[in-house]
Amino acid sequence: MSDAPHDEPIPAALSARSSDELPVIKPGHTYASVTDKISTIVLTRQTSRGWLLGFALSFALMTAFLYATGYLFAKGIGIWGTTIPVGWAFPIINFVWWIGIGHAGTLISAVLLLLHQDWRTSINRFAEAMTLFAVSCAGLFPLLHLGRPWVFHWILPYPNTMDLWPNFRSPLVWDVFAVLTYFTVSILFWYAGLIPDLATLRDRARSRIGRIAYGMMAMGWRGSAAHWHRYQVAYVLLAGIATPLVVSVHSIVGMDFAAGIVPGWHTTIFPPYFVAGAIFSGFAMVMTLAIPLRAAYGLQDFVTIRHLDNMAKVMLATGSVLAYGYLSELFFSYYSGNPYERYVSINRALGPYGWTYWALIACNIVTPQLFWFGPMRRNVPVLFVVSLIINVGMWLERFVIIVISLHRDYLPSAWHIYHPTFWDFTHLLGSIGLFFTLLYLFIRLLPMISIFELRELVHETAEES
Amino acid sequence: MAEAPRRDELYGLLAEFEQSEALLEAAGKAHAAGHTKMNAYTPFPLEGLSETLGQKPTRLPLIVLLGGILGGSGAYFMMYYASVISYPINVGGRPLHSWPAFIPITFELSVLGAAFAAFLGMLALNGLPHPHHPLFNVPAFNLASRDRFFLCIQARDRLFDVDRTRQFLEGLGARVHEVPP
Repeated sequence: MSDAPHDEPIPAALSARSSDELPVIKPGHTYASVTDKISTIVLTRQTSRGWLLGFALSFALMTAFLYATGYLFAKGIGIWGTTIPVGWAFPIINFVWWIGIGHAGTLISAVLLLLHQDWRTSINRFAEAMTLFAVSCAGLFPLLHLGRPWVFHWILPYPNTMDLWPNFRSPLVWDVFAVLTYFTVSILFWYAGLIPDLATLRDRARSRIGRIAYGMMAMGWRGSAAHWHRYQVAYVLLAGIATPLVVSVHSIVGMDFAAGIVPGWHTTIFPPYFVAGAIFSGFAMVMTLAIPLRAAYGLQDFVTIRHLDNMAKVMLATGSVLAYGYLSELFFSYYSGNPYERYVSINRALGPYGWTYWALIACNIVTPQLFWFGPMRRNVPVLFVVSLIINVGMWLERFVIIVISLHRDYLPSAWHIYHPTFWDFTHLLGSIGLFFTLLYLFIRLLPMISIFELRELVHETAEES
Repeated sequence: MAEAPRRDELYGLLAEFEQSEALLEAAGKAHAAGHTKMNAYTPFPLEGLSETLGQKPTRLPLIVLLGGILGGSGAYFMMYYASVISYPINVGGRPLHSWPAFIPITFELSVLGAAFAAFLGMLALNGLPHPHHPLFNVPAFNLASRDRFFLCIQARDRLFDVDRTRQFLEGLGARVHEVPP
């Protein structure tokens, strides 16, 4: 990769008075150059050592996940530290964490499309893939947590010999519908976006297997005027319905908690504050993935400093909403006059798990303040480290909400100190392995940047200049 | 109406352009000349191309609306049926038809219905999957997914005549390929 394009020289990026002056695609690219650049990553490049190493590591972690799951099925959920009164613990923390991460993908692809933000083009494809894989990881945890996962279909409404229905008044049942819908719509949206690019790969593939496989998946896409017309209508409509969907999904996740009478959960701020937290953590994960990817595959021309800068701004904004959520939690626990609510706040900060609360404040509230400064938003190593810190912080947030609220609720006789076990951590790390295994396969087999939208971007930038 | 000449030997003539503007201009002229059975092929959606070719706006939005209505009403009535008719449970005298609690799932399944309608409707109206097509027999057509712009006038067009159509297309500055059926 000696001829790999480099970042805009930092001084030039810093001297740009506003980030709007930075380009969303490096000037000088043509339809052919963007097509070849992205499609060769998939088609002709040898599998690199870095890819093999990363894939092997992820795959090993995923295998650990499978092993832990097999053990779980054999022994039951007693292998985890989850026990009354902390009945939710790690599996639900991981569920909320993963599904929150997924939300940025939909936000980038749908909301920014509707708002005509052309900078989304280079990052929407792998952000959508990230959504899909994160939701896959998320969906596994409630299933594993069921205790008897082989009867998971009991939560779906279907005619059955028990003559029973799920309780449609329960947020947990809403959650099943929300997550399944979200997963399905994410697949449809992602696949719809891929079809023209699969046709591009079909036409570029040199091997027979490649031509057949991509040809089958492209379904005979020819890019005719009529095709494109219907395609664009479908794509915008999908974006339009995915936008309220993404808000509804995490709102319903918030309601899972808010509908319970556990002190610290029973607040109306939860749905909006969960949505803000989801977007915050999702953008952090997009950043965590984008920075190594653009370096490894020389994509600095397409994923420019402008993209990173904009994402940092979104993180700053949603992080501020999140800070407001934390403050309002504190205020209402005081203002409610309810001794249990007040105790939860004190216990969060000063109780046995107090360090997690302060770590969460440091990760999610203090660290993103760096993004007020332009040079920090354009400094790639800083962005990478901050995004990792935010990922950790958001996991801690769910730990604080779930474990600290549950472990001391009403009667002190029922209090209990929760300890995660080896298997809790295996499932958490294993799900990260599953996520990265899927991601590695994706970047090897499918175009990680939307090729046809880049061609469109080249067309538009040429027209403007 | 007479059968178009040499229909069996040819799918049509394919004109290749290097610039999107040239294709748009050619599409406008072909439409003005009265060609109807034709289509243009581009590596990315070109604004206004479909209208220039005289294609009608798609009915897809209506299909999506119907999909959404079907999903939402199906969900609502399922919950109504389950809670009021099939298995009514009196919980402290609360209403069986507790509609506010039914809204989230109604919303989710409306979105699901609309999304399936948008995706499958787009494929169906586009006639996909359709893995084999005469155009794929033209080697240069590979570039339709890279950086070339194509206009194909089909042999079944009323005004189609191999020589005259070829002259017409070449007059627009295009390289012309024959498309075997």
